[in-house]
Amino acid sequence: MDIRVQESAFDLGAETNAFAARQRGMGAIVTFTGVVRDLDDAPLRHMQIEHYPGMTERALRKIAEDAAERWPLGDALIIHRHGRLAPDDLIMMVATAARHRRDAFEAAMFLMDYLKSRAPFWKKEETAHGAAWVAAQQVDEDALEVWEMPSASRTRSGFS
Amino acid sequence: MDVLYFAWVRERIGLPRETVETRAETVRDLVDELRRREGRYDLAFSDTRALRVAVDQELCDFDAPLAGAREVAFFPPMTGG
Repeated sequence: MDIRVQESAFDLGAETNAFAARQRGMGAIVTFTGVVRDLDDAPLRHMQIEHYPGMTERALRKIAEDAAERWPLGDALIIHRHGRLAPDDLIMMVATAARHRRDAFEAAMFLMDYLKSRAPFWKKEETAHGAAWVAAQQVDEDALEVWEMPSASRTRSGFS
Repeated sequence: MDVLYFAWVRERIGLPRETVETRAETVRDLVDELRRREGRYDLAFSDTRALRVAVDQELCDFDAPLAGAREVAFFPPMTGG
């Protein structure tokens, strides 16, 4: 398990290749990449990402450990940046490795759903009109409830 | 204990962290103490439903006890990913 919180950019291809190269007997590798998105109303100049050093690493590790308890994962990787980013910069990536694709996909979804609302990061968008903190979305909070339903003990409903 | 503020909570209060001498028994007691200090604290904590709190880097609720706590952090709902 590899958890990294960093200000510097990461090389998506190199990270994905290195992650794949260190697996043995895994039939499936899933990656997800989060990218700084432009806004609809005014061009985004920068995105500032603040975090809580110490708690961030603990929270990400806990989320990855929870995923490894629910799915038979060979490995998991989380890289999340903080600081000042520009449109189209890569913000973060997760990678999961499992023997079968469904486990790898579901675990990657789980990692994303939890790190969106349970890892202490806050985004601020800067445009020509000023800067505003990004508000948390109820839909992201609702996504966690699905994972916490007793019937979702192994699989997210809809997948099974 | 150390009290930390992040994102707009930090901006409203005007500092990222401070050391607070308190006998508050719960997070809610600490919030009430801070609100009585100055208008900027009162404003930042006016709606605790819009806030999240962590005690010693673990998310908890506002009724959580503070006995033995070293670090309390207040922040808005998180927006990672």
